[in-house]
Amino acid sequence: MSREFLSGNEAFAFGVRLARPQVISAYPITPQTIVVERLAEMVEDGSLTAEFVHVESEHSALSCAMGASAVGARTFTATSSQGLLYMAECLNYVSGGRHPVVMMNANRSIALPWNIYGDQRDSLALLESGWIQAYAQDAQEALDMALLAYRVAEDPRVSTPFMANLDGFHLTHTYEVVEVPEQAEADAFLPRFETENKMSESVPKNLAFTAGPDHNTAFLYKQHEAMRRAADVIAESEGEFAEIFGRGYTGLVETLHTEDADTILVTLGSAAALAGEVCGKLRAAGEKTGLLRIRYMRPFPAAEIVRAVAGAKVVAVLEKDISFGFEGVVFTNINSALKQAGADVRTVNYVGGFGGRFISESDIARIYREAYREAGAAAKDGQRVRFIGATA
Amino acid sequence: MNARELTKDEYFFGHKACAGCGGALAVRIAMKVLGKNAYAALPAGCMSAVGFNFPQLCFANNAIISTFAGTASMLTGIEAGLRAQGATDFTAVGFAGDGGTADIGIQALSGAIDRGDDILYICYDNEAYMNTGVQKSGLSPFGAKTTTTPAGERIRGNIRPKKRMFEIAAAHGIAYAATASVGYLNDYMDKIAKAKTIRGTKYIHVIAPCPVGWGTRTDETIELARDIADTGLWPLAEYENGVFRLTKRAREPFADPQNYFKKQSRFRHLTAGDIAAITADRDLNWEKIKKEYEGS
Amino acid sequence: MIIKPTLRDRPGAWALSDYPEGTYWEAGYLTQKNAGWRSERPVIDKEKCTGCLQCYLYCPDGTIDSDLNIDCDFCKGCGICAKICRVSAIRMEGETR
Repeated sequence: MSREFLSGNEAFAFGVRLARPQVISAYPITPQTIVVERLAEMVEDGSLTAEFVHVESEHSALSCAMGASAVGARTFTATSSQGLLYMAECLNYVSGGRHPVVMMNANRSIALPWNIYGDQRDSLALLESGWIQAYAQDAQEALDMALLAYRVAEDPRVSTPFMANLDGFHLTHTYEVVEVPEQAEADAFLPRFETENKMSESVPKNLAFTAGPDHNTAFLYKQHEAMRRAADVIAESEGEFAEIFGRGYTGLVETLHTEDADTILVTLGSAAALAGEVCGKLRAAGEKTGLLRIRYMRPFPAAEIVRAVAGAKVVAVLEKDISFGFEGVVFTNINSALKQAGADVRTVNYVGGFGGRFISESDIARIYREAYREAGAAAKDGQRVRFIGATA
Repeated sequence: MNARELTKDEYFFGHKACAGCGGALAVRIAMKVLGKNAYAALPAGCMSAVGFNFPQLCFANNAIISTFAGTASMLTGIEAGLRAQGATDFTAVGFAGDGGTADIGIQALSGAIDRGDDILYICYDNEAYMNTGVQKSGLSPFGAKTTTTPAGERIRGNIRPKKRMFEIAAAHGIAYAATASVGYLNDYMDKIAKAKTIRGTKYIHVIAPCPVGWGTRTDETIELARDIADTGLWPLAEYENGVFRLTKRAREPFADPQNYFKKQSRFRHLTAGDIAAITADRDLNWEKIKKEYEGS
Repeated sequence: MIIKPTLRDRPGAWALSDYPEGTYWEAGYLTQKNAGWRSERPVIDKEKCTGCLQCYLYCPDGTIDSDLNIDCDFCKGCGICAKICRVSAIRMEGETR
């Protein structure tokens, strides 16, 4: 193990190197580009042996990765924002084909208006594309997520692609001290990629075929079940990860003071770090605050969320996306989970951080204080959601 | 190559292509030349639609449907993935239609040629989006009636010439490019066999008549595919080491295009003036070919 | 043994457990014939035939093998073979049904 001073992007690239991908398809887009630049350097300096393919678009990046995965190679690609949308067709293609491609997405706003900074409208718009979606909070988690991603995606019980999300700039470009495991440790954690779902000389296969009305549902059902199984595989993999690397993770969600909290803030990505600090300060001042960080949006931690927040009086959901005219998609998902479980807890939705707008300590403190009285009621202007930073 | 030199193996068989399909013949013959170590990628289009209806799967070799735009990029991945695992004796081959090649797939194809990826890309050209019901593509010829270029008073069929995909591929400095026709399979087979031995990107553009879209009888496929070459409308050529060359030179004087057009309902509306204009274009093209290919 | 997609005898009903985990399956797996498409079938006159193999070569469906056996399970009756034959040794006969 060594300690390195790395940005989120670099930490992820270090994690990818430890996973020994055989094919990397690379296309630049801010704020992801540094990941593929570092990987190119690693191929150049001989510390990584991989076919490094300079594709001409994001659509080709993922199409190429799928082609390589479909012959049994471990693959990696990375993208962001417009690039993620441009490859959208391939997202469903890869997941429907059940190819365990791992991709990093640097969360970034979507045009129009043009903006290169972070929010999560890109990945959350593609929540239904059949990929596992994880959201890292810091650079260490980013590095570790790269290794966990391959382990979970390639598990035959899962066989589902993995999208690791890092908040653009806030995480991708922020430097931290990161513990980098030894290659031998990574090799012990991550077995070789083996699958029946491939074309090979010894067992010729026909892949990515048509399934008509009689057969279609069976494939979708199996895909659904695999995503559900991913939750257990994530827990199991994190357990083994902790044994080998001495660092633990907490599955689909991470909680702070939720056991006895009256007001629980739910959020995802790098905003959770600041939210944790605010939560702690309010606790110290005698307020019964809690925090739940969603680490995985798919598989969705419905049971974990219900368990953690059902005893609270109010749940405030803070997210960096909006389904225009309605509400944030995370909020929709959480309300569905609570309703299905019969949990009697009031909920309120805050959306913000758009185009990189900073969510401040005082924004979060205000959410904690307002949430209780706001929950269940429309805002003064009739809104279902409260926009941070759109006050008249 | 000729029929006797071909393997008895049939790699593309049992498919649901229409009777008399030129595209199915192009795929069948290419696979017989390439053999069992070919990994085929086919985008959305006729041949994927007719060959991959689970559980009726019609390729005996490894084969996969790619996205419509992603034939070449998926081939790139297949080739890189196999090579990364130490495989050496294989061919990554794509079979894409005219729309999948000249329209939606041209970016990925250009990228692959630019990288010099070791893949063989075969465009089976039936001159329109046949799988969706005969819509104009970038390779529909001047004058052709399609369901999106009706032939009437205001629109007289497709008013643009075919994109010059062979020259576009060559302009990249590609390792090998060729035109072919399912009417002359020995010439086509020679080109596939040659492409199999060449490292780098190979592009073969094969004319593949479609009885449904062209409005012809199912047994006329081969003679039409010969006519288009014999009339000089589709020169059979190749490009290698920076040099263009005719492989099976159409005899001059060329056959009269009139007969070729008359056999097809998609051209029935063409006037004598239209055909004269097409013939003049053909002659201009041949002047260029004689100068550039043959230095005369 | 030649390599070729082959007809399998499999029951029509599929249970969930019969399906693969993803969109992958054995190559060249056929469950249906194409014979029903045909209104005419080719008949080779072996007396006239010179064995030039053009019918075998030009068949879009690969239903005439190089020993000139016609696979009537998969012939669609397009007539290309009859047309390509230089010595008119193949004639198309109406299917009587």
